[in-house]
Amino acid sequence: MLTIATGNKAVAAAVKQVSPEVIAAYPITPQTEIVEQIAEYVTNGELKSQYIPVESEHSAMAACIGASITGARTFTATSSHGLLYMHEMVNWAAGGRLPIVMANVNRALGPGWNIWAEHTDSMQERDTGWLQVYVSTVQEAYDTTLMAFRIAEHHEVLLPVMVNLDGFSLSHINQSLETVELGDFIPPLRLPHAIDVKNPRGYGPLTGPEEYFKFRWDIERSMRDSVKVIESTEKDFSQRFGRSYGFTDDYQCEDADVVIVSMGTIGKEAEVAIDLLRKEGIRAGSMRIRWFRPFPKLDLSGRDVVVIDRDYSFGYGGILAEAVRSTCRAEPYSVIAGLGGQEVTYDDIAGFIQGRRPGEEYWFGVTPDV
Amino acid sequence: MTEIPKEEYLFKCTSACAGCSSSLVLRYVLKAAGPDTVLVMPACCTSVIQGIYPNTAMNVPVYNVAFAAAAACASGMSAAFRAGKKATNVIVYAGDGGTVDIGIQALSGAFERRTDFLYICYDNEAYGNTGMQRSGATPTGARTTTTPGGKPDTKKDIDRIVEAHDPPYMATACSAYPHDLFKKVTKALSIRGPKFIHVLAPCPPGWRYPTEQTVEMGKLAVKTGMWVLFEREYGKVTINGPSKAAMIKPLPIEEYLGPQGRFKGISREAVDALVSLARRNAKRLSLQEEGVC
Repeated sequence: MLTIATGNKAVAAAVKQVSPEVIAAYPITPQTEIVEQIAEYVTNGELKSQYIPVESEHSAMAACIGASITGARTFTATSSHGLLYMHEMVNWAAGGRLPIVMANVNRALGPGWNIWAEHTDSMQERDTGWLQVYVSTVQEAYDTTLMAFRIAEHHEVLLPVMVNLDGFSLSHINQSLETVELGDFIPPLRLPHAIDVKNPRGYGPLTGPEEYFKFRWDIERSMRDSVKVIESTEKDFSQRFGRSYGFTDDYQCEDADVVIVSMGTIGKEAEVAIDLLRKEGIRAGSMRIRWFRPFPKLDLSGRDVVVIDRDYSFGYGGILAEAVRSTCRAEPYSVIAGLGGQEVTYDDIAGFIQGRRPGEEYWFGVTPDV
Repeated sequence: MTEIPKEEYLFKCTSACAGCSSSLVLRYVLKAAGPDTVLVMPACCTSVIQGIYPNTAMNVPVYNVAFAAAAACASGMSAAFRAGKKATNVIVYAGDGGTVDIGIQALSGAFERRTDFLYICYDNEAYGNTGMQRSGATPTGARTTTTPGGKPDTKKDIDRIVEAHDPPYMATACSAYPHDLFKKVTKALSIRGPKFIHVLAPCPPGWRYPTEQTVEMGKLAVKTGMWVLFEREYGKVTINGPSKAAMIKPLPIEEYLGPQGRFKGISREAVDALVSLARRNAKRLSLQEEGVC
């Protein structure tokens, strides 16, 4: 069915179709529309979930964990400070091998209070054992939320998945949305370690170094195994519903002399910049990273690379630039742009590409222009 | 006398300290709850007592969860079980630190949302697992490793905080009165909604008394009126027998404080504060029982 929706409503629509048994959430701008819409679905009977309106994000994730370990499908949504407040439980969910799906509406961190888009919130959860995917359109938010459940719950993964969408610039933007008839795209959840009172076990008790080490490796092994699960899920999605994505969304990269690497809505804006540059005879391409964890293998050899980071690791650099630098042996031009919702237009992006200085870092709007 | 089932859900030879009363508490809680039960446990002494992976000293599933998260975790678990039409008991088994301090927000939220679960706080009046640091539940004058001069502040009254949530059932209990505890757990689990049982659990290494006196110490707490056994069922308060007797003729408080190393050298002012608090509580509960307040 073709309709119009915001990014938030697209996520809620996908959740309604997947029908988790338990949803626990706490409101925070700009995620609120997701939990409001879900509450509406539950109240009017369109969604048969247990909806737990918890008193904090820490409790939201704790409630999802408690529900998930019984074998129930679970969902939550948060943003920014909410994500950081649940940080402890974010780790617990992955360590407990619980296939919880969470939408995170990317937002800057205070102080000062800033409710607009930035990726530093989810980047601070980078090392928790969650799969992370970043989307750029309303349609992609919907499609990816559907796929997230199937990937998280796959027996070779059993790790939580975080679907990231930019605050306001996607969460509150209206675009066309084509919903699908799910059919059997998402099989029933079978959690092998679900609590069974007939087979009592201790979950997460004291664990010595040797056993603990094995559990950590097991998370990494599943993270690696998730690569083929993501590929097969996206392939099946494409065959059933006609839309394909991939680990990266590549635009005009084949013959490009320079590739701009970014995530989220800026990555979509970059495609317009590429069109402009191509008209001027500049062979540029855009590579929008969708899956940040597991981090994809990127082929950037022989080209100039410009990386836009909507995040920062103080005392080190842009976090995406760091990933590109270390996995591709590239010397990217590292652009820090869009923090706290700073506007970044396609003209600006075209300017980053044209004015690139490989190996250097540039803070858009702060560092003096060349 | 109540028939206590012979089935054991807490196995022998755990790593509990000698004379640990919280293990006694758990033993009777599980006997009352039976096998269709899941324990949700934040960090506490029982995190250690349950054993080291891959072993477990419990014959019911135990979900260990982060310190502040027990009641919220139980909320999700209860919702999932009830959605699946399962009547499985969800019991949080938490220490005083995990209840009155770091876990209080989740506890309050779960009670406000009318979560169908039983929250048991076993109270040894300090952070026992980490070596006896003060908690909000440590009484005035007690020496802990972080109050080496005796705690200057008053024990937080978690029962009145929980009462403010108007749960269908709440009670206090003490490890020295296992039949009373067994009956209270049984009654609590027969009621739908959020239930709370606050159990005094004397701790030989923390309170510094000989291990063989653990039952006696619990009885002295009740007989001196320092711990009151009561129930509050749908708003109606009942003071239980041993505490009724203690209110008529309490033993001198020194009989309770004297054998405990944690109260060694306690000031007269601190003793007076403890007595005065105990009297105020007894009076309030008596008035509540009479329906006056």
